[in-house]
Amino acid sequence: MEEKKIKRRTLLAGAAAAASLAFMKIASGQLVPVQTADPTKTLGPPPGEIGTRSPFEKPLKITSDTSSRTPLQDLFGTITPSDLHFERHHGGVPAIDPHRYELLIHGMVDKPMIFTLADLKRFPSVSRIAFLECSGNFRSGKEKMTPQEICGLTSQSEWTGVMLSTLFREVGIHPKATWFLAEGSDAAVMTRSIPVKKGWDDAMIAYGQNGEALRPQQGYPARLFLPGWEGNTNVKWLRRIELSDQPFMTREETSKYTEEIKDGKIRQFSFDMDARSIITFPAYPVQLEKGWVEIRGIAWSGRGKITTVEISTDAGKNWYPAKLQEPVLDKAHVAFRYLWQWDGSETAIMSRAVDETGYSQPTLKQLVTARGNDMGGYHLNPVTAWIIKRDGQVLFKPEKWK
Amino acid sequence: MRYLLIVFALLACKQPVRFNLGRAATASEIKAWDIDVRPDGTGLPEGSGTVGRGREIYAAKCAICHGKTGTEGPYNILVGAIDDTTKAKTIGNYWPYATTLFDYTRRAMPYNLPGSLTDNEVYSITAFLLHANKIIDSTTEMNKRSLPAIVMPARKHFVDDDRQGGPEVK
Repeated sequence: MEEKKIKRRTLLAGAAAAASLAFMKIASGQLVPVQTADPTKTLGPPPGEIGTRSPFEKPLKITSDTSSRTPLQDLFGTITPSDLHFERHHGGVPAIDPHRYELLIHGMVDKPMIFTLADLKRFPSVSRIAFLECSGNFRSGKEKMTPQEICGLTSQSEWTGVMLSTLFREVGIHPKATWFLAEGSDAAVMTRSIPVKKGWDDAMIAYGQNGEALRPQQGYPARLFLPGWEGNTNVKWLRRIELSDQPFMTREETSKYTEEIKDGKIRQFSFDMDARSIITFPAYPVQLEKGWVEIRGIAWSGRGKITTVEISTDAGKNWYPAKLQEPVLDKAHVAFRYLWQWDGSETAIMSRAVDETGYSQPTLKQLVTARGNDMGGYHLNPVTAWIIKRDGQVLFKPEKWK
Repeated sequence: MRYLLIVFALLACKQPVRFNLGRAATASEIKAWDIDVRPDGTGLPEGSGTVGRGREIYAAKCAICHGKTGTEGPYNILVGAIDDTTKAKTIGNYWPYATTLFDYTRRAMPYNLPGSLTDNEVYSITAFLLHANKIIDSTTEMNKRSLPAIVMPARKHFVDDDRQGGPEVK
């Protein structure tokens, strides 16, 4: 083995002398391929300890002070590469030593307990593909907006961890406990109150994401994962769970993640993410050419499976079912496709998702009618239209409601 | 024999109620992390604060983000007209519980030095902000008894989510 290594190194050194190498060392120390006139005449890099993206591919998140958005239009399939998963933090990303990590469960329990990360990993594990979406995931206002800018605060991973119900049995939940507080160990010491029912139902303490450990931006080493529920409730860097017979009324669930609805009311604990879809191709800034077009996108519902995605290519006059990529999973992004022949005339294309509860993705107008003009920015899931101009320009159709 | 083997296999696969992993948490461990404050005042510490002291601390540690009077920003505007959320969601018009103000300020503020305020400082800032929002008068002291007794103006507006899917848009 060692001999082989030496040989290879010698070989590489010789090749370097002849200047016929097609790779370079980047800042991280990785060897990456570089473009040459003829890749069949130059030696590429040997296998590395960690992979890289092709230097021709540069999918990037769009960042703000508190969030960064997934480039939905650059992705294939439905799994978001972990480094492109959206972020939304309330006090930055903490660095937590996995060997010192502890999860405390206390309050209305038989036995208050502390679990290390190693403890969590010894319990029976489960993996589940599901989306995670920020409840403030809607931007509008101008024509030149990409899917990433409109709704890039949704991503999908295969999450691996232990069911919270398993830990609930371990500590023994008091029968009168109806809520629990989930608390993070970030600079905001993030907290949300969660119904115990969700804990028994499908809540997970996740430590794995897409086959590897959670990314720090996603709550390393362990986070709460609540399939289908607004992102903010999925508390990252989870350190404490306290059982109670009432909600704790934290800042996030009172003054932040609530929305004004009709008659001066403010809706609280609106956990479920409603069914939604977005066409990710063709979308701004694509320049469309006449002929066959495969309209593509993703659809999801926090209330179960997507049953249908309907497509309109005539600005909403007619709707036809798109093909859904199997398997269609519960509370997960599903890819949809619809073949269409564009004849070069100006039109608008739209998608509309329907979930298994019979809910159909509403228009912005329907949302305003149901909630009023002051509905705020949370839980907005309107049907989104792309205008296709005669010259092939594809533009977002922003709609005003205030 | 075969039947017995199947029964044994089924028993062996059954998940136990407890795996006996993890360890019991001690009272002091719980106390160190159990920092939440609830609407009924559970979790509030000893100590107290005044509007005057709160005004000084606010000017020194909070005004840079929230504005001199709490109405300017640039970050979250804290003071505003009661019952009017059209301009900004403030403590006066959008916070249903006064205890939340204590809890959040103590756990996360100031933004650049989270968790650095003493309990008395948090009581004082809470008093100042409640007074700035015209919820308490300038002489009311904040402590673990007076704070949970405050009825916030926005409280009456909050309703629980009643959406359950189905055809209705809510």
